[in-house]
Amino acid sequence: MDEKIYGWWLPPDVSVHGAKIDQLMSVLHWFMALLFIGWGIFFVYCLFRFRARPGHAALYTPVKALATKYIEGFVLVVEVFLLFGLSTPVWLAYKNDVPDPSKALHVRLVAEQFAWNFQYPGKDGKFGKTDASQIGGDNPLGLDPEDPAGKDDLVTVNNLHIPVHRPVIVDISSKDVIHSFNVPVLRVKQDTIPGQQIPVWFEATQPGHFELACAQLCGLGHYRMRGDVLIETPEEFAKWEAENAPPPQEAPAAAAPEEKK
Amino acid sequence: MSVKQHTAATGNGHGHGNQDHGHHELPFWRKYIFSVDHKVIGIQYAVTALVFLFFGFSLMMMMRWQLAYPGQPLPLIGNLLGETAMPGGVMAPEFYNQLGAMHGTIMVFMGVVPLAVGGFGNFVVPLQIGAPDMAFPRLNMASYWVFLPGCIAMVASFFLPGGAAQSGWTSYPPLADIAPTGQTMWLFAMVLIITSSLLGSINFIVTIVQMRAKGLSFWRLPFFVHAQLVTAFLLLLAFPPLEAASVMQIMDRVAGTSFFLPTGLVVSGEPLKVAGGGNPLLWQHLFWFLAHPEVYVLILPAMGIVAEVIANNTRKPLWGYRLLVYSVVSLGFMSFVVWAHHMFMTGMGTTMSTFFQITTMIISIPSVVILTCFIMSLYGGNIRFTTPMLFATAFLPMFAIGGLTGLPLGLTASDIYLHDTFYVIGHFHYVVAPGTLFALFAGVYYWYPKATGRQLNEKLGKVHFWLSFVAINFVFMPMFFQGMAGLSRRLYDPTVYAHGRGVQALNVLISWGAWGLGLAQLFFIVNFFLSLKKGARVAENPWNATTLEWAAPSPPGHGNFITEPVVYREPYEYSVPGKSNDYSPQFRAEG
Amino acid sequence: MSETVIPYMVKPHPVTGIPNGKFGIWLFLASEVMLFGALFSSYVLIRTGMPHWPPEGGLSSEVLNVPLATLNTAVLITSSITMVLAWASCKMGNLPRFRLWMGATIALAFVFLVVKYFEYSHKFHLGHTPAHDNFYAVYFTMTGLHGLHIVGGIIVNGYLLGPGTKLWAKDPEHFTNRVENAGLYWHFVDLVWIFLFPSLYLL
Repeated sequence: MDEKIYGWWLPPDVSVHGAKIDQLMSVLHWFMALLFIGWGIFFVYCLFRFRARPGHAALYTPVKALATKYIEGFVLVVEVFLLFGLSTPVWLAYKNDVPDPSKALHVRLVAEQFAWNFQYPGKDGKFGKTDASQIGGDNPLGLDPEDPAGKDDLVTVNNLHIPVHRPVIVDISSKDVIHSFNVPVLRVKQDTIPGQQIPVWFEATQPGHFELACAQLCGLGHYRMRGDVLIETPEEFAKWEAENAPPPQEAPAAAAPEEKK
Repeated sequence: MSVKQHTAATGNGHGHGNQDHGHHELPFWRKYIFSVDHKVIGIQYAVTALVFLFFGFSLMMMMRWQLAYPGQPLPLIGNLLGETAMPGGVMAPEFYNQLGAMHGTIMVFMGVVPLAVGGFGNFVVPLQIGAPDMAFPRLNMASYWVFLPGCIAMVASFFLPGGAAQSGWTSYPPLADIAPTGQTMWLFAMVLIITSSLLGSINFIVTIVQMRAKGLSFWRLPFFVHAQLVTAFLLLLAFPPLEAASVMQIMDRVAGTSFFLPTGLVVSGEPLKVAGGGNPLLWQHLFWFLAHPEVYVLILPAMGIVAEVIANNTRKPLWGYRLLVYSVVSLGFMSFVVWAHHMFMTGMGTTMSTFFQITTMIISIPSVVILTCFIMSLYGGNIRFTTPMLFATAFLPMFAIGGLTGLPLGLTASDIYLHDTFYVIGHFHYVVAPGTLFALFAGVYYWYPKATGRQLNEKLGKVHFWLSFVAINFVFMPMFFQGMAGLSRRLYDPTVYAHGRGVQALNVLISWGAWGLGLAQLFFIVNFFLSLKKGARVAENPWNATTLEWAAPSPPGHGNFITEPVVYREPYEYSVPGKSNDYSPQFRAEG
Repeated sequence: MSETVIPYMVKPHPVTGIPNGKFGIWLFLASEVMLFGALFSSYVLIRTGMPHWPPEGGLSSEVLNVPLATLNTAVLITSSITMVLAWASCKMGNLPRFRLWMGATIALAFVFLVVKYFEYSHKFHLGHTPAHDNFYAVYFTMTGLHGLHIVGGIIVNGYLLGPGTKLWAKDPEHFTNRVENAGLYWHFVDLVWIFLFPSLYLL
């Protein structure tokens, strides 16, 4: 993982929707700087020009400052532009532009104290059923061994592999408390609310090894809820999937003769 | 701390002048402990609040060691706090979280609000409106004595098994529902503190509306009083939902209910044995319904103080007084309809998030207007840079930074990236720390002579100001860069992440800034106590100010004014053309 | 005791038309509206988030005791009437009458609490505690908080009936104002029950 990409400002953006967010950030900060420096110059000018000194007196009559009305108007216009021209379209796209499910990679995420559990649907494209009663040390999601759809599912912990240039839909939930799925370089953040399943989508534009951090205080291990996000070429991703898929024969689930009804 | 009770100076309505007509002296405990005098109660609140401000800040100074030097034993204090909190002198992650949650809670509810409203509000408002006391003096006393046990309970929670509350000052369930016992104590303490606030707010509103002196119409009120009136309405109407939510969280924790717990939770591998059917977001809505107006409670009294100090030290009327009043009232209204901008990342639908984005943008307008009016008030002035004025002036660019950095947070698209990062911490601290806290310091330097009859030392005051001003910017400015780098807040060890390591140097800078800021306060503390005995004595109006409180003796006696005050003009008649003085007090007939 | 004379403690303010205490109690009631409003809103959110209500099936009116609650509603409404009569007696200068009607108000408040005690203990007997499911969580929390407000009212009214009457001798108008303010509070507590009864028991 390349540490050099992390400095004191935005890290590189490796997502399709990120460019517009970065653009908004940029416009915003230039606007804020303009206002602050403008006000600041006037402010410092007043402090010097109107400091108390012998022979100097204050003006009782209020100065008619038409300029302030224009500045307020300007601020209002810019804020309307920021709101409706830049932020809202980006937000609506982020929320509403669901990728084509047939093209997208679907992943499930169940966060817990203090790990990220990812479930891939495997070749059949279907997620196996999960049940809380099945949760154990080696089965963090509680995958139901009886469910045939789950036999080819791949479960990873703290490891999110995704292919580049392909939309990814992550259905996010939590087992215990509120966490937050946060990948800075993808410009993605979504709280994981227990009792709810919330989808988030993105498309990576560049391969690389990046980080996932929890963005909602979730207990004493909140700080170490780190995950690896590996964005891979389609070939690398297919190779990883193939190498890590569960073996085709599932021995334990079949051996339950006393359950014959 | 003594407030001299001049039994000879009796209150208005008696008409006794300076005669001593046999009022017996109250016993010590009735005069200074269970007093119904708004001035004593104000000082009780102020001193309690200052103690907790320093205590809450000390909690953060400890956290800053862990952030600057993760995993290293804390010098000196590390071995004093026990093996649970600091094994081997190194802070434990759960203790770090306790310090974080308690720092926020204490600073907001036991520091800033009690000082701004309980302290300054109680002491100054009746004086500024020419009243002998608050409308309900015994209720006033009751509200302090409900507040203090709340504070004690809050601090005592550190000693419970499992430690103090550690789920943030925001206490989000399910985490807060399953947290150790300290959280229940937090909730109980909050119920007491909220009740105290409610009782106090009723007092403020009735006093300001019903007990103004003759001639003091609403449009002649000092801006400080307008600000306190709006603040009181915010406290009155916004706090109850949090009280309700606290009761529900207490029920979840103590009675096993599932108000905030959905079905199917599995904690540490074990299914949680609760009925389920609840919603964690319900807490967030109720909490933020209070907590957003709460931040306006934090800033409005500060704006009030800044207005008073600026008018007094520019020797001219405030620019746009009516505009200021309209703005502060609209700010109060708007503050009730923006709360969900704290919840943009919870999976909110586009309709609701667009609504809250719009209201959040709208609420920035009155803030901008207020700031503009204050800056314009400097124009054409004859500015005296006294210590209160230094603090009040510094408030302006500091609040500007805080307010401007709220823009990327209030817009949903940029909030995607910045939510729950250090950018947020930088934003709100700029508003509250070099913002409100500076204004509160301005207030202390400004009204200390009225409360004690002595002046604080100007030299020490100026050193306090400059050291604090420089240090505080070293503390909070780097946080914006940390936030832009993507660093999450509430992390015990940011170096776990590469993007955290990238800004770790800033953590060292911030921590040293914080410790420097802590040391700078020693100048204030020394000045505060030294001046009680050695400060220059003052008469009623050392600042040549125009508002009513400066008609009373310094300190005012029981009943406040020697003769019943009457108001003859607007609040800021400074440098009126044709007058020999550069100020025409409200209370002087001939100007 | 405060030595300063507070203006408009007894006489009404020329502009607002009310004395301080009445203004204060109305403000307090505004905050109480926000308190119970938050609870009612939470009830709506929780209830609409569940597939069935009550979660265990049936109807609220079958799970909770509607006849007893109807009785309690009548009890509280009557107590509001006796409260007004108590105040009216003060206005007419009749202290013994005041004692009678105030006593009746407090007695009715106790009846309310006793009925609630029977309701609660029956539920606990069946194992239907607040933890049982959110229906009971909501029921107990809302009626419990309301019950605490009834207790508060009993304490205030009890004070006015007992030690508080000392003020009648010194300043009957001031005492009458206090009774009126306590009455406003009491009517509010009654009003909350008028909303609670249909929302929890009938709908």
